[in-house]
Amino acid sequence: MADDDIVIRVRGLRNSFGEQVVHEGLDLDVRRGEILGVVGGSGTGKSVLMRSIIGLQIPDEGEITVFGENTVDLEENEAIEIRKRWGVLFQGGALFSTLTVAENVEVPIKEFYPNLDPALLDEIASYKVVMTGLPADAGPKYPAELSGGMRKRAGLARALALDPELLFLDEPTAGLDPIGAAAFDELTLSLQRTMGLTVFLITHDLDSLYAICDRVAVIADKKVIAVGTIDELVALDHPWIEEYFKGPRGRAAVATQEAGKGKAGAD
Amino acid sequence: MSAPAAFTDDSAGGTLRFTGSLSLANLGDMPERLAAYDGKVEHIDLTGIERLDTIGAWTIHRLAQRTGADIKGLNADAQHLFDQVQAADQPVVIRVQHAPAFYRVLGEIGEATIQTFKTMVGLLGFLGATTLAFGAILKSIFVPPRRFRFNATVQRFEVVGVSALGIIGLMSFLIGIVIAQQGAVQLRQFGAEVYTINLVGRLSMRELGVLMTAIMVAGRSGSSFAAQIGTMKLTEEIDAMRTIGVSPMEALVVPRVLAAVVMMPLLGFYSALVAMMGGCLLCWIALGIPPVTYIQRIREVVPISDVYVGMIKAPVFGAIIAIAGCFQGMLVEADAEQVGLRTTAAVVQGIFLVIVLDAFFAVFFSSVGWI
Repeated sequence: MADDDIVIRVRGLRNSFGEQVVHEGLDLDVRRGEILGVVGGSGTGKSVLMRSIIGLQIPDEGEITVFGENTVDLEENEAIEIRKRWGVLFQGGALFSTLTVAENVEVPIKEFYPNLDPALLDEIASYKVVMTGLPADAGPKYPAELSGGMRKRAGLARALALDPELLFLDEPTAGLDPIGAAAFDELTLSLQRTMGLTVFLITHDLDSLYAICDRVAVIADKKVIAVGTIDELVALDHPWIEEYFKGPRGRAAVATQEAGKGKAGAD
Repeated sequence: MSAPAAFTDDSAGGTLRFTGSLSLANLGDMPERLAAYDGKVEHIDLTGIERLDTIGAWTIHRLAQRTGADIKGLNADAQHLFDQVQAADQPVVIRVQHAPAFYRVLGEIGEATIQTFKTMVGLLGFLGATTLAFGAILKSIFVPPRRFRFNATVQRFEVVGVSALGIIGLMSFLIGIVIAQQGAVQLRQFGAEVYTINLVGRLSMRELGVLMTAIMVAGRSGSSFAAQIGTMKLTEEIDAMRTIGVSPMEALVVPRVLAAVVMMPLLGFYSALVAMMGGCLLCWIALGIPPVTYIQRIREVVPISDVYVGMIKAPVFGAIIAIAGCFQGMLVEADAEQVGLRTTAAVVQGIFLVIVLDAFFAVFFSSVGWI
């Protein structure tokens, strides 16, 4: 595959906290325009991998390139150029608590494009808020006044503020009710289709994996043990992957997915 | 790199032709130029554009809305993007609307007044609840199972008392030196340097030892009580305790209040002694009074009633500080920012109440004859 089509390339990544080694020789490629699901047991370092890629965690060893640029020890002004091109949704939303939802969305735009007309800025923030499925009256609310699901949507609106090419989502559907989670999946998919996004999606939600992911990367034993479509992964015959996708929850997710397809076919 | 966004008008047909990349990074001043464009627009032609993002789509959407022009030259993806942006066009309020300044100031004064009264009533209520919890624990000594948390309390003793010895000692020693030095300078004018000993001895035993300790304990322990309990409130630990049947008042508040009540007199007495040692050092060096004489004079001029005054005030101060800290911690709700605000409030309230009470004590002890 041509280098141009690989948005994120990780080679030989090693991360450790004191004695505890989280990653050792981890390799991963994320292709342009795909939704890559990242799964793994609790504590296998999914979030640490994301933090390494976006430069919040300096790895001990290894090479990480995003958009063809090495992001490990990057100069500050070069790092800003790359940060403009991605958006990150943290687990809890990580909204700035002293700003309203709409002001939160404006922060990245103001930071990177300080000369933008304030009226246009307000308009952009408005349609971003509505686009992520928040009610229009959520704009002037403070994060403390929002429910968990609304906080995630507001976080997504902020992550999408700059129309990024690459989107990092850390467990976006955790803690949402099934309807909210399904709506969030649909939203991610529709935004990805519309804006041609590449999505790096950390999740525990099997329904999300089946519904929206093009490929899934499995992290275990400190590295990515397999990447592929779910069918390819299941065919691999690895005990953990088997357990993960064929356990009771995995089977339920498959059933839901097939029921959905059947219905769509009947329509 | 993509070409900057631009447009050309074809004045005869009323068509605006866009070229370049219509994205946030390449938009430049196009929105302003578009707003200033007052020619007739009937058609918007996007055939020539390289890239379109939602912000570009939004700009075009607004233009089309303003002029009533139709848009052509969109491929399927761009059309989809347009539909999304169009669907999201709803009025959204960005900021909280504020009332005029005059009304706002009035409103804030009113709210602050009500808040202060509510806090005072709440604090009184909390004092009552703490007393009841103490009562329940005392009762459980005679009617088992015993509910007194011995380990938790002893651990608090260490945190509130033993760990504070270093900083309180240092502070008191320095304050002793400062009082003696200032006293010596002033009293020398009357040839009464020897009374520096009276000044240091009585002041530190009666007032400063306990007061400075109280301020230090409020800053160290009152704030940490508020922060600990506030964080536990946020992580729903306190709700979990309640559902299991453990009373947070008994498990969290009583050990902390008890620790402060027991430790304050000990720390206060220690502080007074160390302050006198500081004074002793200065008297020896600056005034040439040897330590033996200093100690003898202290025993003559500091009446035992001064020790009583200090030791009666200390536990009351300890209780006030601990109750204010725990009360503010319990008030934390919603978000992490509150923990910071409540911690500050706990220290301010604790120190304020200690100083108010100290004034009452001063008047009271003078009028009962302990002068």
